[in-house]
This record gives sequence, structure tokens and C-alpha cells, in this order.
Amino acid sequence: MENLVQIAMQNVNFDAILPSLVLCSFGMVLLLMNAFMPRGKSTPAAWFSLVAIVVTGFVSLAAWNKPEFGFAGGVALDNYATFFNIIFLVAAGLTILMSDDYLKREGYPVGEFYTLILFATAGSMWMASGTNLMMIFLGLEVLSVALYVLAGFFRGQTKSNEAGLKYFLLGCFSTGFLLYGIALLYGVTGTIDLARMGEFISANPGAITNPMAVAGLMLLSTGFLFKIAAAPFHMWTPDTYQGAPTPITAFMSAGPKAAAFAGFIRILILGLGGMKAEWTSLLWIIAVLTMVVGNVIAIYQTDIKRTLAYSSIAHAGYALVGIVAANEIGVSGILFYMLAYTFMNLGAFAVLVLVGKKGEENLTLDGFAGFGYKRPWLAIAMVIFLFSLMGIPPTAGFAGKFYIFAGAVKAGYIWLAVIGVLNSAVSLYYYLRIMVAMYFKAPTEEFEWIKMSAPVVASIVIAVVGVLYMGILPGGVIAMAKNALF
Amino acid sequence: MQNLLSWMTFFPLVGLAILLFMPGAKENALKVWTLVVTIITFMISLPLAFDDVFKTSAAMHYTEFSKWISIGDFFQMNYNVGVDGISLWLVMLTTFIMPIAVLSTWQAVDKNVKGFMAMLLLLETAMLGAFVSIDLFLFYIFWELMLIPMYFLIGIWGGKNRIYAAVKFFLYTAVGSLLMLVAIIYVYYYGVKTGIATDGFSIVEFYKLGIPGNLQTWLFLAFAFSFAIKVPMFPLHTWLPDAHTEAPTAGSVILAAVLLKMGTYGYVRFAIPLFPEAMQTFTPLLATLAVIGIIYGALVAMMQDDVKKLVAYSSVSHLGFVMLGVFAMNLQGMAGGMLQMINHGISTGALFLIVGFLYERRHTREINEFGGLAKKMPIFATIFMIMTFSSIGLPGTNGFVGEFLAILGAFESELRWYAVVATTGVIFAAVYMLWMYQRVMFGECNNPKNADLKDLSAREITLMVPLLVFVFWIGVYPNTFFDKMNPALENLIKQVKSQQVAIVMPASTGEYTLGNPRLTHPGMPPQGHQ
Repeated sequence: MENLVQIAMQNVNFDAILPSLVLCSFGMVLLLMNAFMPRGKSTPAAWFSLVAIVVTGFVSLAAWNKPEFGFAGGVALDNYATFFNIIFLVAAGLTILMSDDYLKREGYPVGEFYTLILFATAGSMWMASGTNLMMIFLGLEVLSVALYVLAGFFRGQTKSNEAGLKYFLLGCFSTGFLLYGIALLYGVTGTIDLARMGEFISANPGAITNPMAVAGLMLLSTGFLFKIAAAPFHMWTPDTYQGAPTPITAFMSAGPKAAAFAGFIRILILGLGGMKAEWTSLLWIIAVLTMVVGNVIAIYQTDIKRTLAYSSIAHAGYALVGIVAANEIGVSGILFYMLAYTFMNLGAFAVLVLVGKKGEENLTLDGFAGFGYKRPWLAIAMVIFLFSLMGIPPTAGFAGKFYIFAGAVKAGYIWLAVIGVLNSAVSLYYYLRIMVAMYFKAPTEEFEWIKMSAPVVASIVIAVVGVLYMGILPGGVIAMAKNALF
Repeated sequence: MQNLLSWMTFFPLVGLAILLFMPGAKENALKVWTLVVTIITFMISLPLAFDDVFKTSAAMHYTEFSKWISIGDFFQMNYNVGVDGISLWLVMLTTFIMPIAVLSTWQAVDKNVKGFMAMLLLLETAMLGAFVSIDLFLFYIFWELMLIPMYFLIGIWGGKNRIYAAVKFFLYTAVGSLLMLVAIIYVYYYGVKTGIATDGFSIVEFYKLGIPGNLQTWLFLAFAFSFAIKVPMFPLHTWLPDAHTEAPTAGSVILAAVLLKMGTYGYVRFAIPLFPEAMQTFTPLLATLAVIGIIYGALVAMMQDDVKKLVAYSSVSHLGFVMLGVFAMNLQGMAGGMLQMINHGISTGALFLIVGFLYERRHTREINEFGGLAKKMPIFATIFMIMTFSSIGLPGTNGFVGEFLAILGAFESELRWYAVVATTGVIFAAVYMLWMYQRVMFGECNNPKNADLKDLSAREITLMVPLLVFVFWIGVYPNTFFDKMNPALENLIKQVKSQQVAIVMPASTGEYTLGNPRLTHPGMPPQGHQ
């Protein structure tokens, strides 16, 4: 490993990291900008970061079908990475749109908020394009450190502090596991490069049964499963999601989760493809557990943010079904699903941002009572997001679930698909309950309405368009997802 | 008209788009607009009813086809619609009943009229889409889409327990259909694996699959469960009385007239022809459940104090006859069952309207609250009487033809003893309906609240007249309807029977031949597609 730096320097190809490079440059400029901006003015920073996202988006899309490799095979900006980059940028963009008014309302109009989102997104990009374990780990760390700060961003609020601290402490642990796993796998295969690791395992089938390799696989999986909030590593999720600023909760449930999936899939299929039997049997159980835990506990929640936190756990479980299927349809299904989930979940959270008042006291079922009549259009948007989360056609959520479960059926995991749809059935209940409150119940109290701010409404409109487009005419995105396999 | 089915299916959606931008305060304008949209939809569908092609051909007509979604090289979903003799009258029933349902809301709905009308229009598109889909995936989309508007119709505009009823309705139906989704994926997967289904989820292709017996069992169970909930068959019927009782009148009418038919239609179109061998295995069980439903529904209906609940339970009983006729798997039974679907739509739809009239006048549905209304409301009494007879199945009305044929068909099949038991249900039906009619309409008008009840208004008569016409039309000359459904039904029965025999044969040698020769033998009418 001592030659790593040397090797890397010999194969510099900045095109391969161009999107994240652009994003980081914007982030650094923004960092400087914030230093000179008067305190309490965060709107310019929001618009600046939005420009950064859009520019990076164009740079990323330019790389579609023009793969670039560099840094001694450590980075691959292939279609797979680009597809995920788009997901991260959509997530970050929608988050930024819904954040500005929220930060002002909660009394933290601080520009650094946006810098951290940009850096977190850059970290996500490295995870998606990393093709060796160090690179992926590096991305994960950049992402995580930014998220720890963001989760605890409202330093005056106990809930937010708790969220940040919990996430940080447990996150450190899981990072330790991950590193340990990487070390063990390196010990067995003698390489951290995923492609060469894959070659080594197929050339030496004995390595599969090596306890060190199995232990490495399990530890590495633990690290990633923590990040995607799979049961039983989900304990941090509800508290962190509930305590963190709402836009950050939305961001965490979509972007970074997709990043963890991106890295995890690349490692499992490219590096550890030879151990498929081991990790599918492991993830089969995890997927079932995650779906069941997420959905069943969500039923008992009365706080809508917390409900969505558990629903997010359940959705990670559905996506894991795609990994277990481990075929073309299953994996491209995950790509599709991640984008669909980004739209529907961020949309739902954007509605929460508008509905919640200072301190977010009314994000309970009672707080939503009669909502459907007070803000009919907003409520219709929320209904669309909820039906999408349920997986009812013709929404993106249905197309995504169908895609993933179809992959599972094709790979022969019929029972996994059956368990998956039964879990969807359970989930209907708690999503319906939100709609029951919105439409079927009279408001319990008059609550003061925050005004509909244009950026948040824009984020909701984008999300609605995304959900319906991917639900009714999913062909285009499906073709892209299929092309994005490495 | 080019693309007639698409126009018909999506015209309500076009109307909905315009409706959304109409001012919500002008309630009458919203109602009139919705009525106009549903009437135009009916006009669009009218050429189907007058097309004689269905008299001679069992194939799908008015087909439209375009590619829709492809996942990889593996999954191909198409927009594939068509009508044959089986779906023809159900489509007509839907477009026919919608304007009546809209007209029934004139005085009943005053809360959030725009939302109500929007839901009705969305529901119409979903129902029509489900009936004309000949792509299983497309069918599933419309099938699920139906839940959403009905959920809101019950939940927002329903009675006291509307939330419970709405959630129960949604959960029951959705759980069933989710399992069907897995089965649908698997059927497709099987079709592609064996290379037989090459045209997406087209059911015409799926009919040829010849899935091995053991597999059929599981797939059939998933489909049958989903449809049994929708029918609803005993013991999965418990959502129905709740949903019916709580739903607003228009919701009940549509639920009874069309939505329940989705379940029976699902059996005829999908569950039976796709899995004929499993159907053979499960016929005794399903027929038993159908008979239990007939008797149980009738007995429970007898004990109800609430007129609407009584009609709701009578639905459970009536749908039992439909299922029994369908399971008989001969032409009489099938045709009787199919006709009974239409009959039930007309007569039970009408009964729910009648209950709605009472409720609008008195805001109660308790039988005890009424009595002696016949003197106060003579026109109402007459119409109510005719619809009661139709529901009982008095000769000369539509109910008689359907029920008689369904029972006759069952009697001539191996379900003979089931038919004998089921016949008692007809007697029970006479008991609970006539008893209810007697308590509500005859006797002394003792309750002072009933003293100045007004007879039916012109609007109310207008919406009952078309239903009355069909009560007698079907009752006296049902051949108008049989002529057009028989070829498709005959073809279906032949196809199912041939597979039921065909699969038993190779099973004894332990291997299944995929290119089943019996499916393409020259005696078979051509499979209609395009």
C-alpha cells in the first residue's frame, strides 16, 4: 500500500473527478464568501449554491456515455457514477430550495449550511465513482463529517444536538467496522482495487471460505448497512431524522443513502462478486428485517417526521431486495428507485417544511387535521407523494417497486418479493393515516400559516413532476438506469 | 371513431382537467359539467353496443396497441386495449350508470362539490380502463387506481364511521391486489422464460401459456384471493357492508354497480382462463364459499334494521349467484352469471338510489322510522316495488333471467347440489326484500315525521326511468345481450375446457409440453388480437 500515493499521482485524470472538482471549487468560494457576508444573511449563499448545483449538473450530464477513468483505476466516472451524481444533485438542489425560508424561520440563517451540503454532495460523488476501497472510504468520510455537523446544526436546540451527537457517535463506530473490514479484505486479497480484488477471488476460489474474507465482508457490510439505515443498524435513524433540521432529514434520507448504496453495490458486485452466495444470503435476512422493522414500527408513530424516518428504513429494505436479486433488473431497479425515492421523499419533506411552524410543533397527525381544505393544492401534492411512497400506480414509487420486485422474481426470490409486497401492504396503513388526518378530520385548532415561499413551492412542483413523470412514462429513466450498469 | 376506447376511457380525465380550473363556489355549474362529461362518455361508448361484430366473433375488437414501458430487454409493458363480448356490457354498464350517479348527487352533496366530482371522473376513467385493458400490467394500473377515488369518496363524503370504512376498504382491496402483482410478474416471467409470451403482458398470449399444475395453484390463489376480496366472497366480505353503509349514495351506486363487478370480471377474464387446471381443483371450495355467501348474505340481510345495510348484504348474496354461475363453466351458467352482473348493477344500483331518496328526505335509514309511505309517495312506491321485484328475481324482470340461468347452469354441471342449496337463497331474498318493503311502505303512517313527505321530483324520476327500462328489457328480451356475449363466452369455455383436459393428460406422463397442440387445433376459433 505504500506505493499507493505514487501510483495515483502517475495516473492523474482530472476529467474523471470533474463534477466533484467543480462542486468543491464552488464550495470553497462559498466558504470564503460566507466569511465576508454579514451575519444573518444566508439567501445569497443559497442562490450561489443552487448555481453550483446546476453547473455541476451540466458538467455531470456531459460525462454521460463518455466514461473517464483515472488515479490508477481508483476513480471511474462511468454512467453508473453519473446516474448517481444526478441523484445526489437532485437531492441537494431540492434541499437547498426548501432550506432558506426554513433556516430564517428557525433563527439560523447561516451560509455555512449550504457549504456543508455542497461538500456532502461531493463526498457522495466520490463514493459513487470510487473503484477502490480507499476512494470509497474517503468519500464516505467527507460525506459523514458534513452530515454530522448538519444534523446538529441548530446548536440551540436539544433535539438537534441529540441528533448530531447520536449520529456522530454511532457513525464513528460504524466507520471503524468499515475500516476493519477493508483491512481484512486487503489482508486476504492483497489489493484495495475492486477490479483486481474481483480477479483475485475468481482466481483463488479458496479465498471465499477464508474466515478473514467472510469476517471482512461482514464488517464492511455492517459499515454500509449502518449508513443506509438497515435493521438492525437503524437505531440512530429515528432520533436523528426527527431531531435534525427538516431539510437535512430529507437530504439524509435521499442523497447520502443513495451514496451508500452506490458504494456498496460497486464493492459487492465488482470486488466481491465471487462471494455472491455469501452476501446474498446475508442481505436476504437483512432486507426482510429492515422492511419489517421499518414498517411495523412506523405504525406506532404519531409524529409525521418520525413516521417518515421509519418509512425511510423500510424503503432501504425494498432497495436491498434489488441487491439480493443481483441481476441487471434488480440493480438498475435500485438506481431507478433511488431517483424516484429522492423525488417523493424530498417532496413530502418539503410539504412538512411548509406546514411546520417554528420549533416544528405541529408535525403530528393532529397538526395535519383538516390540512386538505386549508391548502388544497399543497395537500394534493402531499397525497401524490404519499401514494408514491405506498407504491400505488401511476406514480414513480410504484414503477420503482415493480422494477425491483421484478428483478427479485426473475432471480428466483419469489418469497422475498412476496414479503416485500406484504410489507408494502402494511405501509399503506400509516401513509393512509396521514391522509385521513388531512382530509377526513376537522382541524383541531387554528394554526398560523407560514406563507408559501416560492423556492419551497418550486421544490414541491419539481418533485411532483418527477414523481408523475417517472410513474407514467418511466421509459426514459429506465433506459438510462439500464445503461448505467458497470 | 378512431381510438374509440381511448377516447372513452380518458374523456372523463379531460373533463376532470377542465373541472379543476372551474370556480369551486359555483356548485351547480360543477355538477352540470360533470353530468355533461359523463353523458358524452356514454355517447362515445354507444357505438359499441350497436356493433353487430360481437354476435359472430369472440375476438377482441376496437383494439389499440402501442409500446409503453420497457425494462431492459426483459419487461415490456404495452398500452393494449380492446373489447369483446365479455367486457362489452360491463363497459356499457359503467358509462350508463355514471350519469345517473352524478345526477343523484344534485341535492345529496353540498360539501366540497368540486372534489367530489373530480373523484367521480377519476373513478370512471379507472373503471373503464380496467375493463378494456387486455394487457395484464395495464389492468393492474387501472385496478389500483380505482382505489384512490373510492377511498376519498367514502372517507370525505361518507357517514359517521366513514374513516373506519374507508381505511378498511382500502386495506382489504390493496392487500389482495399486491399479492396479485407478484403473481402477475411471475406469470410474465414464466411466459418469457418459455418463449411463449412475446407480446408484453398481453392476456391473449398468456392464455396459451399452459403453466404446470403445481405452479398454477399458487398463481391462481394469488389472483383468486385478490378478486374474491373485490367480489366480495365469504369470508372476505366484511369490508362491503361498512363501505356501502358509510359511502355517499353516488359512491354506493358505483360501488355496487361497477366496482364489485371487477372481482367477478377478474375471475372470468383472468383467474379462470389463465389457470384452468387450478380452477378445476378449487371449484368445489370456491363454489362452497359462493353458496355460503348466498345464504349467509341473505340471512344477515334479513336481520338488518338499516335499509342500506340490508341492500349491502343482499349484494353479498347476489354476487354469490354470479360466482356460482361462472364456476359452472358451461354456457348457461356463464351467460347467466355475466347477465346477473349487469342485473345486479341495475337493480342494486337503483335500490341504493332509492335508499338515498329516503335518506335525503328523512336523514335516517332505520326501517322502524318508516311505515305507510306508499300512500304519501305513490310514484316512489311503484318504482321501489319494481326494483324490489327485480332484486328478488320475479319473472318478467331482469333478475329472474340472470339468476335462473346461473342456477340452471350450475345444476347442469357437477355443481348440481350446490345449485340446489343456492336456490333457497332466492326464497330468502324474497323474504328479506318483501318484508323490508312491507315495513317501509305499507301499514299506517304513524310517525308524524313522515306525514308530509314529498313524492319523487322530476329529476329523481328522470334518473330512475333508464334503470326501469332495462329492468324490463333484460327481463323480457335478454337476447339483445346474450347474442353479443355468447360467442366470447363459448370461446372462453372451450379454451378453458380444452386446457383442463389437455393438462391432465401430459401430467400422467410427468412432463409438460410447452407448445400445447390442443390450443391451436383447427376447431378453435382464432385468438383475436389486432
